[in-house]
Amino acid sequence: MELGIEVRDLTLRYGNVTALDGLTFGLTGGKIHGLLGRNGSGKSSLLSLLAAFRRPTAGRVLVDGVEPFENQDVVRMTCLIREGGDLYASERVSHVLEFAARLRPGWDAELARRLVDRFRLPTRSRVMSLSRGQRSALAVTLGMAARAPLTMFDEVHLGMDVPSRYAFYEELLDDYLAHPRTIILSTHLIEEVSSLFEQVLIIDRGQVVVHASADELRQRGSALTGPADVVDRFVATRTVLSEQQLGSTKSVAIYGELDPAQRQMAAAAGLELGPVALQDLFVHLTKDSEVLR
Amino acid sequence: MFDDRSPIYQQIADKIKDDILRGALNADEQVMSTNQYAVFYRINPATAAKGFQQLVEEGVLYKRRGIGMFVSPDAGERLRAQRRETFFAQLVEPMLAEADVVGIPRQDIVRYIENKVVSPGGAGD
Repeated sequence: MELGIEVRDLTLRYGNVTALDGLTFGLTGGKIHGLLGRNGSGKSSLLSLLAAFRRPTAGRVLVDGVEPFENQDVVRMTCLIREGGDLYASERVSHVLEFAARLRPGWDAELARRLVDRFRLPTRSRVMSLSRGQRSALAVTLGMAARAPLTMFDEVHLGMDVPSRYAFYEELLDDYLAHPRTIILSTHLIEEVSSLFEQVLIIDRGQVVVHASADELRQRGSALTGPADVVDRFVATRTVLSEQQLGSTKSVAIYGELDPAQRQMAAAAGLELGPVALQDLFVHLTKDSEVLR
Repeated sequence: MFDDRSPIYQQIADKIKDDILRGALNADEQVMSTNQYAVFYRINPATAAKGFQQLVEEGVLYKRRGIGMFVSPDAGERLRAQRRETFFAQLVEPMLAEADVVGIPRQDIVRYIENKVVSPGGAGD
């Protein structure tokens, strides 16, 4: 089951604060999408609209072709896990899991058990006695085992320790390969998860900055290293993201794809070419989003 | 697992080429699926597929619909020819440049290579 998403002129205001400012984009179903943005960029607001947690001020959200708000069929196929997991503090972990199993049509009890083991969750404890990381791990378990056709994680893994986060990435990829579905991961720990993304949507100040395939976006950045004067000549007319110099050797990260002829020219001039991390591109794109729009 | 000097899909493509050249993958042999690559390298299967696509375009792999990717019958010969073409530019030239930098005379290099040729096994130790 592959739920696609269409968003048109989507606007959300809280009083006189504009959280989302006329977003338009489409997400293809059955892919893993990375939703990236700085704090306060509108990521959580956007996800809450996709999950029908609230209603847009203006514009439209279509999930699988229909508006999700107060639409039981779509909501049943949707799972949004937010940081903290929206859990009742006084419930026991085992009860939280049982409740989710009854509520979620696609629940995989076997997967839930495995995740509980991997995350070392104490099933008899109450939610309130869990650490922040354990609460996040429980939330992740709920989101994964629900196996909803549209699954969204809103920075949920940030509280988890490194081994748990890596376990999450691994389980998510394995389960996605076995049961392809639409997954949206919002995060600012970009480097850790970027290899899982097929598509990347970057928003800033409630607007779309970039929407591209992860590989395409990576190709827009290049690192050039070589003699300083050669590097300077080559990048003179380009957007420079960062530069470092050590003696007469200079390394410059640029934004803007190089075509094969330009790559060949750089190599012939004695420059070493390398990729730029998605995280560095993100930092650049959200620094002054007016420039490259 | 990866160096970070080239894109992941490029590295997957290079790894498959190396496997073919070393004889670990033979003509008409099936290559691991994009999903297997995705699991092994912890990457999105679309990224692995991009590496495969490149090899299909280069004629190194061919697709059998519904079954998977296979090594082209002439892939080994094609790759060897490519590598022969770039051998002097990519390997010998940098070596000579390094030799000049550190002060190794050409006759030392020639002597070294000639000794290698007559040593048992030929390819070096």
